[in-house]
Amino acid sequence: MTTVPGFVAVVVVTVTTLAIGTYGLRFSRTTSDFFVASRTVRPGLNASAIGGEYLSAASFLGVAGLLLTFGAEMLWYPIGWTAGYLVLLVLVAAPLRRSGAYTLPDFAEARLASRHVRNLCSVLVVAIGWLYLLPQFEGAGLTLAAAIDAPRWVGPVVVGAVVLVNVGSGGMRSITFVQAFQYWLKLTALLVPAAVLLVVWAGDEAVRSAGGPSATAGDWSVPLGGGGAQGLYTTYSLVLATFLGTMGLPHVVVRFYTNPDGRAARRTTLAVLALLGVFYVLPPVYAALGRAYGADPATSDSLVLDLPRLVVPGTLGDVLTGMVTAGAFAAFLSTSSGLAIAVSGVLTQDVTSRRLPGLGDLGDLAAFRVATLAAVVVPLLATLALPDFGVARAVGLAFAVAASTFCPLLVLGIWWRGLTAAGAVAGLLVGGTGSVAAVAWTLAHDRAQGWFDVVVGQPAAWSVPLAFATMVVVSRRTTAPAHARRFMVRLHTPETVELDRS
Amino acid sequence: MHESEPARRVRVTGPDRHARPRPQPRTGDIDDETPLGGVYLGSLLREQLLLAARILGLLALTVGSLPLVFYVVPGLDDVRVLGVPVAWLLLGGLVYPWLAWLGWRYVLRAERNEHDFAELMGEVER
Repeated sequence: MTTVPGFVAVVVVTVTTLAIGTYGLRFSRTTSDFFVASRTVRPGLNASAIGGEYLSAASFLGVAGLLLTFGAEMLWYPIGWTAGYLVLLVLVAAPLRRSGAYTLPDFAEARLASRHVRNLCSVLVVAIGWLYLLPQFEGAGLTLAAAIDAPRWVGPVVVGAVVLVNVGSGGMRSITFVQAFQYWLKLTALLVPAAVLLVVWAGDEAVRSAGGPSATAGDWSVPLGGGGAQGLYTTYSLVLATFLGTMGLPHVVVRFYTNPDGRAARRTTLAVLALLGVFYVLPPVYAALGRAYGADPATSDSLVLDLPRLVVPGTLGDVLTGMVTAGAFAAFLSTSSGLAIAVSGVLTQDVTSRRLPGLGDLGDLAAFRVATLAAVVVPLLATLALPDFGVARAVGLAFAVAASTFCPLLVLGIWWRGLTAAGAVAGLLVGGTGSVAAVAWTLAHDRAQGWFDVVVGQPAAWSVPLAFATMVVVSRRTTAPAHARRFMVRLHTPETVELDRS
Repeated sequence: MHESEPARRVRVTGPDRHARPRPQPRTGDIDDETPLGGVYLGSLLREQLLLAARILGLLALTVGSLPLVFYVVPGLDDVRVLGVPVAWLLLGGLVYPWLAWLGWRYVLRAERNEHDFAELMGEVER
């Protein structure tokens, strides 16, 4: 197995990313540029950037592998990751932009006028962000090990270094260009090889007539988890976690503040919906081809990387392998950059700015760079210390926690005037501890027998309603902040109407 | 008497019936938090929330009901359309244009609701 195409691909992606980041740096001047790209990103560019940031290694490599191993029940992951944007569009997108806050903790503080809620949200953003960064770094290690025979620590260190340079030097403004480029890179890197492989497959009578195992053999075409009613519960709980968790992911939400106004925020979200739909049609193609050509389910994590050489040995296979390796590496870089931005934005405002007060604009930038360092280095060290944490599980955990905490906070905060600070804190604590404890239990006891393990293993179906109920019940017993009504005016009225939004 | 002196002509004009009166913006009611302002804002909020509920209801009825359908009708996974198992066709492909269409409908309706609100506030002239 030659490592040349993989090596070339990684170098090209790294150099291009740094070059585009440097180009964006020329436009980054103020603090506003660093955090929210001065709120001037147009829907088309912004949607590409969100797509680039959102399509992580789990989407690029993971889904195809899971589909090959487990069949149609895994189709719910990409569906949930896309439908999450529809839920976000109808419930959150425009009001969140109109709230005029930089980050999720900013939104919580502005809506509820409470520093306690703000601090709790900051802790949750950093926790979810680090949890999500862990699998990105780990996936990078696995990919470089498969593509160029590098030791496992090389991937995380390279990704961490590139992210640190790009985010630390250019902030949101330059990252927007990088992310938008990387969506189209990822789409091309998955689409072109898929098209070539499909043509080869269509002309290959031997494989088509032998067919490998049929698509309906076993449970491969049943879109439910195994085990009857338990499978049904697991499927619905997963659907709930992904549909509602998307709006609570810190790197997704922070992007909405870069839109010029609420209307643009909606149009951006709609474009994201379309871009994700185009992308997620492709992983099933890889899974189906992998099944037809008898790919080994045991190494399904690298199915996307292995398939080209399996179908077309020789130079064409090498070139296609280089393409998918480039796409996979771009996936690690873009998602890690987005998460680093979100986490360092919160760390800057709530930690490093307070330690370095009164230094003016330059001080803000220094604080931002220190925060970026912390945002990247902590999960990097965790990855090196825990090399086998479980990529898919950490991502699933992040979605469940986000759905059980930020989803109720955002939905009730935007649509219900009666939400109070006490209610929000109670709900965040109940939803957060419930979901985290459930997944910690599952990680510690690696088995799935009986209803208890099933219910605890996929907590969203009970932790999300519980968090909503807690927020409502506690809020009803306390009084809402006096400015809640004016805040509602700001969230929901179109910018063309001149109203007092202070 | 001064009958010889002609009465001065005075031009008498009424309001121009062809020009529509400029509507007074009603934003003051919302800014001052009057009960009427509450009604205005409440109607916008209700419209948008109803719209969101309709879209999410459609999502739940279509995509959300699929696991239940496949659970209740176990033979469905053997059905093929154009050689592709129906589960793969629905969940791997057709669901994405459907989601985008739902989103598109939502954006159009939400922008219309906001336009109606702006008109009610007297800020948008036809």
